[in-house]
Amino acid sequence: MSVTLSHQIGERRPAGTENVVLEVHNLKVYYTTPTGDVRAVDDVSFEIREGEIVGLVGESGCGKTTTAMAILRLVQSPGRIVGGQILLDGQDLVRLNERELREIRWTRISLIPQGAMNSLNPVMRIKDQIGDAIETHEGRLPRKELQERILKLLAMVGLPSRVYHMYPHELSGGMKQRVCIAMAIVLNPTLVIADEPTSALDVVVQRVVGETLLEVKNRLGVSMILIGHDMGLMAQLVDRIAVMYAGRLVELSDVYSLFKEPLHPYTQLLIESIPSIKERKPLKLTEGLTHDLRNPPPGCIFQLRCPHVTDKCREVVPPLLEVQPHRRVACHLYYDV
Amino acid sequence: MAGLTPRYVLRRLGMFVLTVWLGATIIFIIPRLAPGDPVAAMVSRLMAQAGYIENSAEIIAAWRARFGLDGPIWVQYLAYLRNMVMLDMGYSLSSFPSQVDEMIADALPWTVGLLSVSTLLSFLIGNTIGALMGWPRVPAWIRALLPTTLTFTSIPFFMLGILLVYVFAYELRWFPPTGAYGRGLSPGWNWPFIKSLAQHGVLPVMSIVVTSMGFWALGMRGMIITNQGEDYMILAEAKGLRPSRVFLQYGIRNSILPQVTALALSLGGIAGGSTLVEYIFAYPGMGYLLYQGIVNTDYTLIQGIVFMLILGTATAVLILDLLLPILDPRISYER
Repeated sequence: MSVTLSHQIGERRPAGTENVVLEVHNLKVYYTTPTGDVRAVDDVSFEIREGEIVGLVGESGCGKTTTAMAILRLVQSPGRIVGGQILLDGQDLVRLNERELREIRWTRISLIPQGAMNSLNPVMRIKDQIGDAIETHEGRLPRKELQERILKLLAMVGLPSRVYHMYPHELSGGMKQRVCIAMAIVLNPTLVIADEPTSALDVVVQRVVGETLLEVKNRLGVSMILIGHDMGLMAQLVDRIAVMYAGRLVELSDVYSLFKEPLHPYTQLLIESIPSIKERKPLKLTEGLTHDLRNPPPGCIFQLRCPHVTDKCREVVPPLLEVQPHRRVACHLYYDV
Repeated sequence: MAGLTPRYVLRRLGMFVLTVWLGATIIFIIPRLAPGDPVAAMVSRLMAQAGYIENSAEIIAAWRARFGLDGPIWVQYLAYLRNMVMLDMGYSLSSFPSQVDEMIADALPWTVGLLSVSTLLSFLIGNTIGALMGWPRVPAWIRALLPTTLTFTSIPFFMLGILLVYVFAYELRWFPPTGAYGRGLSPGWNWPFIKSLAQHGVLPVMSIVVTSMGFWALGMRGMIITNQGEDYMILAEAKGLRPSRVFLQYGIRNSILPQVTALALSLGGIAGGSTLVEYIFAYPGMGYLLYQGIVNTDYTLIQGIVFMLILGTATAVLILDLLLPILDPRISYER
């Protein structure tokens, strides 16, 4: 693991003109409940460029994971994709049938799951779990070739070769997470979705896993969606950040500008809430509650908690607009400028 | 991975011996705690049949010596243990001079044949139904239909047995009502006998399978549904694996583990026979033998059958202990 995080920051590409790999347009995912639909993801649009890491942040229940699962078409019942387009290299995933989906999964989009602890099948050896992903999509391979490929992969994420023969329960949490990372890149996908890859790990292992992710990204040039609420980790890893609140995307910006000058009032509170070693500051984000997701108020979804709320916010839904170069925000405060 | 180490096997074997010894000791002690003397009871039964017997006291004393009941208790106990190890269970009290081990040897194959077939069938059918009931990809109409196959689970199996005998043996005359094989046939590897055996087996097997598969089905359904929520199931789907592989290698493979434990335990109980089913169908197995033993207060016979039951259960647990670590790698050989 020679790549250090600080070194990495200097290498970051400017957000700009590269090829767009994934476009999400007006995605809506609702969960059916007896008392009405919960709008878990409501009208979300963004795009991922080639070789870019986009962070998806927001508080628990804001729709981050649901968005990710929708991209994989893995929304679990009672959830369903109600509308929108998910274009992967121009192909709309929402319209694919089961068989077409299976072909796309893992070959072009893969997942680093949220709970690496429980994401590996307890009764299968690591080699078989990585192997079945390969053989499902590429057909039977000679054992020797398969083994070589898996061993190379394990080495790449910094795991010793003995892991090859092991069962999940013989690995530590960090090792399991790295197995998951290795598994996610085995077929060289275009896009990797990492759903809180470090959330269940201690800070030291978090750092190692973060470095592994960067290393993988640099070597393979894959695009990544990194979901999480660890703003510190985000600052170190991602190129752009998308901030979600109550099922909506409220801000999408390159990571520097977002930390330096957050635009949306929610983002501002989020950045302010990052604990500092130097000073004790009060937590501001506790005031007010999120509205009932089944019955969002007219106008802006953040109006109940927003310190700058105006009458217009209570009537008109603010669209996500580009208010500065490469910066989009959904807030009335910025449209008039 | 430790593998099947000699130490592990030795420890399991030790547990096996300990269990069987404890069980044997208990069935040694219990009859001796009961009031009355089996020899005196036998002689008085003879007297009831044949009228007054002279010098009955001497007969009792002679028989007590013959049965080894005159020595001190620890001598009796050691002799008993030696006999149990040799599977020598002595004479039957009710059908003297038949030997208990011979009676058991005659009955055991019938029971093992009947109950292993019905237990395995029930396990296979029940688990298949349960797995399909719990699997969301199975068409809804099939899942709605499956519970009807479990209707008979709520009926006690001997009630169903009587019903089956009435419908299929007396009304429709498709299958013979009782026995293990037709009269005039001698057991052997010949076609008429095997055919007759199968025909006689259908109704008893059916009565057990139909009433017990619900147990397997409900357990399996619960396991499959619980398993559905596991993260590795979602990842398996994200990997784009074929549904059949997700179902078998990720779903069933993880859900079957507790079912196998239960299967081993019920296979272990086979040696005791299924008394009611064998009674209804007059099937010459262990259950029928046990019934006769109880009716005739034949202590040695009962003792022999209970010992076989202990032996069977302990053997099943031993095999299970050796097999489970292969099925579930999380169970370690070393502990």
